[in-house]
Amino acid sequence: MISPYLSKVINKQKRTDLPELRIGDTVRVHVKIKEGDKERLQAFEGTLIARKNSGLGETITVRKISFGQGVERIFPLHAPVIDHIDVVRSGRVRRAKLYYLRNLRGKAARLREREQ
Amino acid sequence: MSPGIIGKKIGMTQVFRPDGQVVPVTLLKAGPCVVVQRKTPARDGYDAVQLALIEKARKPNKPQAGHLKKAGVEGGARFLREFRLKGGADLKPGDRVLVDQFKPKEKVDVTGISKGRGFAGVVRRHGFGGGDATHGSMFHRAPGSIGASSYPSRVFPGTRMGGQMGNAQVTVRNLEVIDVDPEDHVLMVKGAVPGPNGGYVIVRRAKR
Repeated sequence: MISPYLSKVINKQKRTDLPELRIGDTVRVHVKIKEGDKERLQAFEGTLIARKNSGLGETITVRKISFGQGVERIFPLHAPVIDHIDVVRSGRVRRAKLYYLRNLRGKAARLREREQ
Repeated sequence: MSPGIIGKKIGMTQVFRPDGQVVPVTLLKAGPCVVVQRKTPARDGYDAVQLALIEKARKPNKPQAGHLKKAGVEGGARFLREFRLKGGADLKPGDRVLVDQFKPKEKVDVTGISKGRGFAGVVRRHGFGGGDATHGSMFHRAPGSIGASSYPSRVFPGTRMGGQMGNAQVTVRNLEVIDVDPEDHVLMVKGAVPGPNGGYVIVRRAKR
């Protein structure tokens, strides 16, 4: 059981401004990047293949193919470095972790669009 | 100002600093405490305050009840501790000691009773390497040699061996105070604190 004091701290830090994210969605994550004293946003677009942990340590794994090379990035969901997340497209999937996509290339690695 | 406060460990979590850094923190329910007794050099030979943590507690026995009544403690108290004072402080019996005397960025020392691990072997207790598990090794988790033979014909005191591990008083020094919530009497310190969740801890201003 989580102590009410603990959940109070967690809830205060949790972000409420993020959209509802589902496994299989194509998302664009905008990350704040510090360059010297300037700050800019960098986007990373790909398929959401895993969601791990709970509470403030929750992370999402986003996979994309960059110049023919699979790239995965893990984002801490509640970190302030995440500016915002857009859901570009949602895919219909039947499992919670899409690690099988790592073994698929090109056409086979597509996901069917989810009907609303 | 009191030199410390009594609390209970709530548990650990993490918070984000404004610059995005993740900080592991421990929440402590610190206080409210009451000064039960003031010890003075003139009367007791040393200068100290005795604090009690106010919480739900079993009915105290008669001597304890009388002791608490003198300070006008409302609600139960079962954990009392003395804090030595250096050069008198303006604390008298009945005064309340709250978390708000600590401020973020301050350093504190936290004392608690570590989790008991029972009788632990040398690998677990002192981090000895142990031997190979396989390849015909007949030496797994034993301590090995504990000294030479005819000279010195004894085992040196302090030689690391198996024995009781944990359930001992441990102090962690110089933990940074991250946040203070006077409303809930919650103190947030950076890093880990000895003992199980719900265990009593003593928070003191850092010695150095």
